[in-house]
Amino acid sequence: MSLITEAQVVLDLAGADRHEATRTLAATLVTSGRCTDLEQFVADVATREATMATGLPGGIGIPHARSAAITEPSLAFGRIDGGLDWGAKDGPADLVFLIAAPEAGGDAHMQMLPKLARALMKKDFVAALRGATTKAEVVALVNDAVALDPAAAPAPAHPHCGGSARRRPRRRRDRLDL
Amino acid sequence: MRFVGVTSCPTGIAHTYMAAESLEAAAKAAGHSITVETQGSAGSEPLAQSVIDTADAVIFAHDLPVKDVHRFAGKPTVDVGVKRAISDGPALIAQAVAAVSNPATRSAAASAPTGGLVTKVDATASLGTQIRQWLMTGVSYMIPFVAAGGILIALGFMLATAALGKNGPVDITAYDINLPKDLPHSIMHSFNPMSLTWWAALLFRVGVAAFGFLVPALSGFIAYAIADRPGLVPGFVGGAIAGTTGAGFLGGLITGILGGLVARWISRWKVAKGVRGIMPVVVTPLLSTLIVGGLFIIVLGRPIKALMDALTNGLNGMGGSSLAVLGLILGAMMGFDLGGPVNKVAYTFATTGLATTGLAQDATQYKIMAAVMAAGMVAPLALALATTLRPKLFTEPEQENGKAAWLLGASFISEGAIPFAAADPARIIASSVVGSAITGALCMAFGATSMAPHGGIWVALLFGNFLGFLIALAVGVAVMALIVIALKQRDHSAAAARIAA
Repeated sequence: MSLITEAQVVLDLAGADRHEATRTLAATLVTSGRCTDLEQFVADVATREATMATGLPGGIGIPHARSAAITEPSLAFGRIDGGLDWGAKDGPADLVFLIAAPEAGGDAHMQMLPKLARALMKKDFVAALRGATTKAEVVALVNDAVALDPAAAPAPAHPHCGGSARRRPRRRRDRLDL
Repeated sequence: MRFVGVTSCPTGIAHTYMAAESLEAAAKAAGHSITVETQGSAGSEPLAQSVIDTADAVIFAHDLPVKDVHRFAGKPTVDVGVKRAISDGPALIAQAVAAVSNPATRSAAASAPTGGLVTKVDATASLGTQIRQWLMTGVSYMIPFVAAGGILIALGFMLATAALGKNGPVDITAYDINLPKDLPHSIMHSFNPMSLTWWAALLFRVGVAAFGFLVPALSGFIAYAIADRPGLVPGFVGGAIAGTTGAGFLGGLITGILGGLVARWISRWKVAKGVRGIMPVVVTPLLSTLIVGGLFIIVLGRPIKALMDALTNGLNGMGGSSLAVLGLILGAMMGFDLGGPVNKVAYTFATTGLATTGLAQDATQYKIMAAVMAAGMVAPLALALATTLRPKLFTEPEQENGKAAWLLGASFISEGAIPFAAADPARIIASSVVGSAITGALCMAFGATSMAPHGGIWVALLFGNFLGFLIALAVGVAVMALIVIALKQRDHSAAAARIAA
């Protein structure tokens, strides 16, 4: 399962403000069947956004939330001509990553979100997204960045963890050790 | 230089990891190295203590409290919000380098004594998960009380049987720690190390004293998990009051959660500087304890009393019903709250019957006592069985508790099941009610009798048709164990298949 499909890419994202733009992106998650309740999800994102704007230096906005309306970890990507204010000090954001995670979180797919977040800090990745001309290109770039490459996967750093699908129940028991 | 870092953010899916990436890149660019613990949603892999110990400095880039901050005690520390790390990793690394040579930056917060108590609460988890973690924290601190108290009581029964014969486990309850000097049963005044009886009395009373802490410890450490140290006082006191009002462990769950939430709320008040110093030692414990204790007594104490009265009247009015139905109902009540008000009504109903004088060997009162005792043994034994059959479905402390539960159950100490029930009330209570009710009904149908109010298998000689009693017990235990396994199994496979709740 991938975080993003072409349906979740909006290369000409527009809107009066960041809330409108977020809603447009969120709607793509409803269309692709990953969000069951647009209003709730948008509200959850707004709640998160209210605690602290998610604009980052370099023209990036990362509205995000964990929400009961989300069925699987997902990403919607939008590019805004001219940019919109996303609360960052250095100016508006022209690349918007709407990151959506299910309320409970914790399965194998969740492992992709940290990889995505880390990729956003890489200048090459961001530049490639700015230069992408097709939706397919965006999807391919994201998939590359979050690929669960077994060699690069966290396996070596987690010697006592088995398959990632089994991780959650185990961890739950680990928590009780006193 | 070598650094360690911790990053966290409210949602735990984006900033946490971006900050980590930024710090790693900045350290590398400046010719240093850093290992970052990401306390986010994908689970954090704790830094090895050896890595922390050898690090030159620590960078906390966090919007949530750093988990287990005491690990970093005494290290030069740079402490900022998560966004700083994302927007300016290189500056933070430079700050960390500067901090190494500046002793003033040594983490004061981190070196403050934390008492070494641990909670396993993940503040980024969903509410349901957090509630479970609160309960788990309470349970894991309660288990040693259950084990110590329960085993001492069981050993006391055992010695009492050896010393005083078949009535021993009943007679030993007459002994107490500090009775008026002229009474023959005061352990403090008359303890005789050469007498098995006195040792039995000693073990029994120390065990009972340990049991007195069961609900307070459960409640206190639930509150501790919620509010940290300010939660301990309202939690413990609330739990003690829940015990006094007869509310049992379910009452303790309520006072624990209530105490924790109230203490957390009060400790977050913005107060004048002059008052701030006395908040943790005076104001927070005073107010939170008054609120929790007062609310519990006034709001919950009366309904519990009313419930107990109603149940007692209901039972007394059931004289004409068939014995098996009575056994079914009494059994279900015994299994419902394991020492709480409903359980107590059923148990008192049975023991009051014993007081009737001039009963025949097979009097209904004795049958009721046997059914109630059998039903009260079902839950701990069934959970002991379930942890033996399917250990993987239980946490490690639960598995240990399961071993003790064999002895506790066999001694009619229902409290052996409380750690399981407090951690997972819905599933354990549901299965316990079914298993205990079956045992109660069967025991009545077989006509087993007991002339002893307590003691489990240690008073076997006071039973009539002990075999029938055992069969009834075994069936209920098997049924409950199977239901528990099925319910837990369903949850586990569901958790593996979809995203865990």
